[in-house]
Amino acid sequence: MIPPILKSREAILAGAILVLVVAIASRFPAFVAPANLVNVFNDTAPLIILALGQMVVILTRCIDLSVAANLALTGMVVAMLNTVVPGLPVPAILAIAICLGALMGLFNGLLVWRLDIPPIVVTLGTMTIYRGIIFVISGGEWINAHEMSDAFKAFPREVVLGLPVLSWIALLVVLGFVVLIGRTPLGRAFFAVGGNPHAAVYTGINVGQTQCAAYVISGALAGLTGYLWVARYAVAYVDIAGGFELEVVAACVIGGISIAGGIGSVGGALLGALFLGIVKNALPVINISPFWQLAISGTAIIIAVAFNATSSRTKGRVILKKAEHAA
Amino acid sequence: MSVTAPDTVTTGRQIPDRLKSPLQRFLASWELLLLGVAIAVFVINSFASPYFLDPWNLSDATFNFTEKAMIAFAMALLIISGEIDLSVASIIALASTAMGFAVQLGADTPVLVLIGLAVGLACGMFNGALVTGLGLPSIVVTIGTMSLFRGISYIVLGDKAYTGYPSEFAFFGQGYVWWVISFEFLLFALLAVVFAVLLHKTNFGRAVYVVGNNPVGALFSGIRVTRVKFALFLLTGLMSGVAAICLTSRLGATRPSIAFGWELEVVTMVVLGGVSILGGSGSIPGVVVAAFVMGMVTFGFGLLNVPGIVMSIFIGLLLIGVIALPRIARQLLAKRKV
Repeated sequence: MIPPILKSREAILAGAILVLVVAIASRFPAFVAPANLVNVFNDTAPLIILALGQMVVILTRCIDLSVAANLALTGMVVAMLNTVVPGLPVPAILAIAICLGALMGLFNGLLVWRLDIPPIVVTLGTMTIYRGIIFVISGGEWINAHEMSDAFKAFPREVVLGLPVLSWIALLVVLGFVVLIGRTPLGRAFFAVGGNPHAAVYTGINVGQTQCAAYVISGALAGLTGYLWVARYAVAYVDIAGGFELEVVAACVIGGISIAGGIGSVGGALLGALFLGIVKNALPVINISPFWQLAISGTAIIIAVAFNATSSRTKGRVILKKAEHAA
Repeated sequence: MSVTAPDTVTTGRQIPDRLKSPLQRFLASWELLLLGVAIAVFVINSFASPYFLDPWNLSDATFNFTEKAMIAFAMALLIISGEIDLSVASIIALASTAMGFAVQLGADTPVLVLIGLAVGLACGMFNGALVTGLGLPSIVVTIGTMSLFRGISYIVLGDKAYTGYPSEFAFFGQGYVWWVISFEFLLFALLAVVFAVLLHKTNFGRAVYVVGNNPVGALFSGIRVTRVKFALFLLTGLMSGVAAICLTSRLGATRPSIAFGWELEVVTMVVLGGVSILGGSGSIPGVVVAAFVMGMVTFGFGLLNVPGIVMSIFIGLLLIGVIALPRIARQLLAKRKV
């Protein structure tokens, strides 16, 4: 008998990651050196943060394709702010980034909540709008390392207790989500709204408002990541994190978060992001061109969603089974 | 995507005894409103730039939308049936890469066309099989294949490009049939008629609406729902292949980033054309007029030297605006009645 916990989604994924790491380590032992593992985790930190934000949005039956554009716009704004006011302390920058990101998330959320526009349309639209705004405010110029102040660039790379601040922030966000999802009424509401919106209405949950809250959370985290990203890579331009929204959605889907809403866990999102992060970092090690990355994450999405669908298929009474098959 | 309390739903839809006359319905239609917008854009453009009304310039302007509109026709049917395909731009990339690869092996024009169509069809089949065969949500599947198809192009091409297409191949994207009428525009017009007939005059078209409005009801009335959807994915893939041929021929080169972001413009075109993103309603004439509006707007901006990325802000606003405005209007009207 296999204990049920080993059959859980998270256990399978963790096992897959372990196998992957062992397979790489057997050929390239340097990959599992602690210093390199810290690097891999640090590299994956932005993906982890965004995947958790995306998770709550997907839980409520929505999707947020504007996260990467939100990240890039916030990053550009704080970078420009830094060139104008170099003395601005880092906490203030963090606050501005989070607020700005949350504001963009709120815009998405209000369109979904108040105007009832399908989420995919809203965020496809705001994705291009936010990207376009970056071009308008920056004039297409790059902001390079020498234009940013040292404190601005140093913050995410500062090493505390062996881990860079960027990694610590990701860990804090994970912890925050464990509490939010498992211990608060809002966390429960996300599941209720995604699981059965009509029932959620009857239990006194405002469906639209909950979805809007999910977008604000996702936006705020995108804003936070925007600053961290720009500071870490010390460059801001129109196309940073281009197409990253797909990787974020991929991390969620791989992590077992059902795109139909209502199913998912913090651990799943975390492992999904780690899986993609490890693959990404392993490619150059095992001498595969980074151009493979896109196709690999695409394949991973398709396999994961097919796997989700077959494993969570309803076991209820199926009427018209034959007719469906004939169709 | 807020959900109204079920008790407001159970009151049901009010169905009038008599429909309004065809003329009244036409006057209140989205297509007519859109036609007005198209004419307004045309007039504004001709005042804004002295170069706009030149026949050759106008002919050039049609290239802004013909390829996207070809996909939009098929996408309109797909969205009406309640599904969506976000991988169309990536299908273009893959089909174009396959054609470029064939050129390196010395393929001539007819073979290239066949390869373009076949790759488009194969990609559509792949999407359709995943969605209808395994019952997966089309949004996620096509987000996945969007990465996969373009990813294959990146694997094959990396940072290189395929060039050296045969000179006859240039006809599809650069050739003119008569005076300023390009081959692409003729193809666009023909396809518009074909799709309008398919959607509005055939049993298949009827089935597409029924499937979009009520898939379960459709199944009970003897429509093979999954087969209709599968056919529509095939059709969308095929049209992406056609667009890939035209675009590759027009550019004369293939890079893996070809047609990047087009899925957004195609969906915008369909939605602007009055097709409900939730499925079940829409028309081909609407999409045709929407194609003209988007083409004219981007061309007008181009003449005024507005950079492409700023135009994309406009397209994003247009996408949200056309869906939001009727809803805002309805909410205001509802308030007034109370």
